[in-house]
Amino acid sequence: MDAILLQILNGLDKGSAYALIALGLTLIFGTLGVVNFAHGALFMVGAFVAVTVQRLFNWSFETVDPTKTDFLGNPAKVKTPYVESWFGPEVGAAMIDWSVPLAILFAIPIMIVVGFVMERGLIKHFYKRPHADQILVTFGLAIVVQEIVKAYYGANPIPTPAPDVFKGSFDFGPLLGLDTSLAYPYWRLVYFGFSAAIIGAVFAFLQFTTFGLVVRAGMADRETVGLLGINIDKKFTIMFGIAAAVAGLAGVMYAPINSPNYHMGMDFLVLSFVVVVVGGMGSLPGAVLAGFMLGILESIASMNVIKELIPGIDQIIIYVVAILILLTRPRGLMGRKGVMED
Amino acid sequence: MSNSNFTRRGMLKTSAIAGAGFAAPTIFTASSAAAYTNEPTGSSVTLGFNVPQSGPYADEGADELRAYELAVEHLNGGGDGGMMNTFSSKELTGNGILGKKVEYVTGDTQTKSDAARASAKSMIEKDGAVMITGGSSSGVAIAVQGLCQEAGVIFMAGLTHSNDTTGKDKKANGFRHFFNGYMSAAALAPVLEARYGNDRNAYHLTADYTWGWTQEESIAAATEAMGWNTVNKVRTPLASTDFSSYIAPVLNSGADVLVLNHYGGNMVNSLTNAVQFGLREKVINNKNFEIVVPLFSRLMARGAGENVKGILGSTNWHWSLQDEASKAFVKSFGTKYGFPPSQAAHTVYCQTLLYADAAQRAGTFNPCGIAEALEGYEFDGLGNGKTLYRADDHQCFKDVLVVRGKENPTSEFDLLEVVEVTPVDQVMYAPDHPMFAGGALGTCNPGA
Repeated sequence: MDAILLQILNGLDKGSAYALIALGLTLIFGTLGVVNFAHGALFMVGAFVAVTVQRLFNWSFETVDPTKTDFLGNPAKVKTPYVESWFGPEVGAAMIDWSVPLAILFAIPIMIVVGFVMERGLIKHFYKRPHADQILVTFGLAIVVQEIVKAYYGANPIPTPAPDVFKGSFDFGPLLGLDTSLAYPYWRLVYFGFSAAIIGAVFAFLQFTTFGLVVRAGMADRETVGLLGINIDKKFTIMFGIAAAVAGLAGVMYAPINSPNYHMGMDFLVLSFVVVVVGGMGSLPGAVLAGFMLGILESIASMNVIKELIPGIDQIIIYVVAILILLTRPRGLMGRKGVMED
Repeated sequence: MSNSNFTRRGMLKTSAIAGAGFAAPTIFTASSAAAYTNEPTGSSVTLGFNVPQSGPYADEGADELRAYELAVEHLNGGGDGGMMNTFSSKELTGNGILGKKVEYVTGDTQTKSDAARASAKSMIEKDGAVMITGGSSSGVAIAVQGLCQEAGVIFMAGLTHSNDTTGKDKKANGFRHFFNGYMSAAALAPVLEARYGNDRNAYHLTADYTWGWTQEESIAAATEAMGWNTVNKVRTPLASTDFSSYIAPVLNSGADVLVLNHYGGNMVNSLTNAVQFGLREKVINNKNFEIVVPLFSRLMARGAGENVKGILGSTNWHWSLQDEASKAFVKSFGTKYGFPPSQAAHTVYCQTLLYADAAQRAGTFNPCGIAEALEGYEFDGLGNGKTLYRADDHQCFKDVLVVRGKENPTSEFDLLEVVEVTPVDQVMYAPDHPMFAGGALGTCNPGA
């Protein structure tokens, strides 16, 4: 029982990442009608914003310390981060320690700009083209972005630790009256809370603002909204920027969970697409629901008991569930009629 | 880089050789002209460096390439000579190999067996490479080794740690300088026993491919032999990035040691996850919970950051070694590139010198001649102490380093400290050891 509870907890943070990426995918698909395979790359770019901010804060000047020697036996150079000399050692050290949460402030504008450039610069030209073309061009774009990141940051993962206060794990065992331990890392709890907040904010934005009202109307019937004299394209470009920011934030906060590397976007992308399809194309609540559901199922399937029964199930569970759901509910869990059905 | 300096003497020499060739009976020239694949006929010889230049091990690949360039420079008489000065064999004089200038071509393995085979094939067929070397994965090494055997060129393996490379998949044309899973286990087990006692319960997480399997088998056998109990062995997909669902069950399994048979990105992520879940602070069965990473690489350790501190593992070579050869190599590499070499760089540098030296001693680039010169060859002065290239399986036998993540690094390169240098006798095994059984070396293939 506690093993299952633990895997549910585990699935929550994996599900959070799937849900956030799938939410952005669905937003773009619902508004612009584009299947964006570069969305995983946006997640990765977000994580690298965290890496970059950490590097900026650690940017140092070198002074030669004659008492120490480097690996070649020459006098060693000691590095002092600029932030420590500008703001004092304590503030500087705290900034470096909190570089991941601080990266959020940088990530929002950066990701919105990246989203704008992507949409206006490339994807806009593919609105009227078949979905297959859109998939090819966005997939190509994802590879280009990956290679650029690899050229600058290398192929190996880069450690991007969370602030020290979030180190370690919280034991749910005693809390739930269990006599075994049910440890769960603090940062993953933060990640789950953060995702819930972002998802809530996006829904509130769409539900309670005029802008959101127009966007929702546009998702339902683009032509009519256009006939009413509203420049729906402009609104949709903004939505693309927001979707990019959501993916980017998911990436920033994910950086301490697994050291970012250039390939992390692709790892999430395929699963996120399955999440979108299972949730129902164009359905925002469906994407979130399916994200958490598949995250948890994936975790449970990697339990030893289940792996012993069906070897390899942990690798295919998501696809098996996707097939089952699509067989019984062809539009996905919460799919609407008329989406992707001409 | 062709040599176009015609001299009177050179012309005379060439004419004399050509004349002798024409004068010889046809049957003799026919066989000697095609004695072996890519016999170098000009003033240079081409080596093929097949390393991951893209994909997840691109950083290892880049470091291997740096070492190869350094080795070529030294072989051609440039630089400070590096380990050529400390190498026990004095055949290499900085005059290329057998008087021929060393040139090279590179290929990208992408750490994919098919891509690696394609790039090796292209270097052999199009560029005339007489030897293929490099790589950072056992899957790739085994694939390329098989190709080289068929093509009739020598394969000097790069970073490959699976028992199978010189076990069931060994080939007469293939040679491995790097150590293997069995040796890691044999070196680690006594250190683990001394530090963690002989009453432990180990839980294995293993990358689900050839290297992971042999590594798991080796370390489980070695630890069980000293009294440890293996609680569970769980295979994880190579493509996994989040290991939390595999780490979480460890906590309540009764295990007090976690063995991570992972490498590269897998190792970085599984170790990071394990530390996040607070495994290292746990006390289970009244013992501190311990994590072991049997194969450590400094480049990888960097990715895991602080999480490697205090964790035991093994490595083929480390730049902090204080023997003359290691110091010479670190100086040479560090001066040229500004940072110390990795174990991957060291092993491929050694492989290049060993190949060159074997050709020099054999007096030919014929793979069979080189294989004969390498088989049973004992040498020293390449950073690992006395080393034997065993004839039975083409595996190098040398001391193995047991290392630990350093608690207080003094620089960004100072991540591992050598805990013990395990003498070669302790990691030796019989060529027909069950973990290496099956498959046959076969006979060398000169191709052509």
